[in-house]
Amino acid sequence: MKILVCVTKTPDTTAKIAFTDNNTKFAGDGVQWIINPYDEWYALVRAIELKEADAATVIHLITVGGADAEPIIRKALALGGDEAIRVNADSHDSFYIASQIAEVAKAGGYDLVFTGKETIDYNGSSIGGMVAELLDMPYVSLATKFTLSGSNAVIEREVDGGEETNQVALPVVVSCQKGMAEQRIPNMKGIMGARTKPLKVVEPAVAEALTSITSFDLPPAKAGVKLVSADNPEELVRLLHEEAKVF
Amino acid sequence: MSVLIFLDNAEGHVRKASLEAASYGAAIAKQLGTTAEGIILGKTTENLSSLGKYGLTKVHTVANDALDNFDAQVFTKVIAEAAANADVIIFSNNIAGKAIAPRLSARLKAGLVTGAVALPDTSNGFTVKKNVFSGKAFANVTINTAKKIVALNPNSYSITTTDGSAEVAGLNVTVDTAKVQVTATSKVEGDVPLTEAEIVVSGGRGLKGPENWGLVTDLAKVLGAATACSRPVADVHWRPHHEHVGQTGIAIAPNLYIAIGISGAIQHLAGVNRSKTIVVINKDPEAPFFKAADYGIVGDAFEVVPKITEAIKKIKGS
Repeated sequence: MKILVCVTKTPDTTAKIAFTDNNTKFAGDGVQWIINPYDEWYALVRAIELKEADAATVIHLITVGGADAEPIIRKALALGGDEAIRVNADSHDSFYIASQIAEVAKAGGYDLVFTGKETIDYNGSSIGGMVAELLDMPYVSLATKFTLSGSNAVIEREVDGGEETNQVALPVVVSCQKGMAEQRIPNMKGIMGARTKPLKVVEPAVAEALTSITSFDLPPAKAGVKLVSADNPEELVRLLHEEAKVF
Repeated sequence: MSVLIFLDNAEGHVRKASLEAASYGAAIAKQLGTTAEGIILGKTTENLSSLGKYGLTKVHTVANDALDNFDAQVFTKVIAEAAANADVIIFSNNIAGKAIAPRLSARLKAGLVTGAVALPDTSNGFTVKKNVFSGKAFANVTINTAKKIVALNPNSYSITTTDGSAEVAGLNVTVDTAKVQVTATSKVEGDVPLTEAEIVVSGGRGLKGPENWGLVTDLAKVLGAATACSRPVADVHWRPHHEHVGQTGIAIAPNLYIAIGISGAIQHLAGVNRSKTIVVINKDPEAPFFKAADYGIVGDAFEVVPKITEAIKKIKGS
């Protein structure tokens, strides 16, 4: 079994969101970068669990990013990937990124491609679907559980107001979310071992960017909370009904 | 050339999020001086010509039984054929939209913006405002291709209605055999889907235990609201995981979000900060959630919430 896990770096969940260069660029200076939580906690850890259940499983990691993405790739290797590929390109266009991943995936002959359900910075939720289409593979999105049954995958996924179970023959692309696995912390052995695991840097394939970010805006600041006395909750109800008109 | 809107089929009916997408697509068609058409896959029980009132001139149907089984690959190919003459294709950025729109974008080499929150600016190209950084900012994204795909965030664009009736026509397309088989479905009966709910009542650790959840469900019931919870509550299994809203749970944007006994960690706020009105009830005046709230009560939820429920009942009853 060969698994490709797509990971990317994102600002930490508590990072201050600000922009520079006339609001055209995220202000990344001084920001702590992490592995996108959906990629790490759910996609990567579930892949590691599959490897723990079957030692013949190989996990490759892929990221599309500059050299500044290497610390998060090393951390992912410390958690349990076997080797990593960094496509040396910086882009915010999902199709460009997906094209790079698909190019590597085509050559790799993977049985499974895992992605997080979305990144917590650009919230595109697009890479998995695009990679699947470029590889002509089936795609199961928003997976909460993943098990193997011979050459089939049995996958539970979120649907409106509940869950459904899907069955699909490998290979398949899966986007992962909460439920798939639990967060892990790399141990010292993993961290030491990650230093010598292969991290291959490849130059990007020719691909188009179909979109470009023109600018960023911050939402208008909230006016401030209107506090109502705990002795008079009826006043809150009146405000919601007559002022906010929300019911 | 036209605007094509994917209408998500919920057991025969068009989902509310898709009616928003239809209204949004019709407004874009008006902006571009063209018409808006819809496409719905699978069996329907609804009078589809009535969708004209959302601004659609035509609704294409593909009533093939194979489409009652959801496989994003099969759906994508059908929509790609139907979209041959469309300039702009609109989805709701809901569960089906997230599965199909990216595939369609790659298939048609059509630029995609997901999570759109406003009509595009077409004064100089085609630029769409979308949510980024989990609701903490917006990006204005320009689509550089002739064919464009936009996935509209649920609860971001109001449903608009006019007079009108849509022409309904069956579309003759090939439907591939699905590789993904849906073998079981488990749905929580009678609940309002969280992402579509206009009002959400949510509980946190301040409620002390699952036995106290009546406080949340009673209030939700009088408001016709969906119920939700914070991450710690889902983690200790007081409530099911599909109710968890926040950065790693579901992101929602209802008209009214009522948080009871939730302190408002930044990860929780990331999932709810797009709510139009936020009410926080917490006994800790220092709870960070008050900074993000529109209305608040510093007080004991066990005393305050039943009184709120009663007061709403009175208003609703009169």
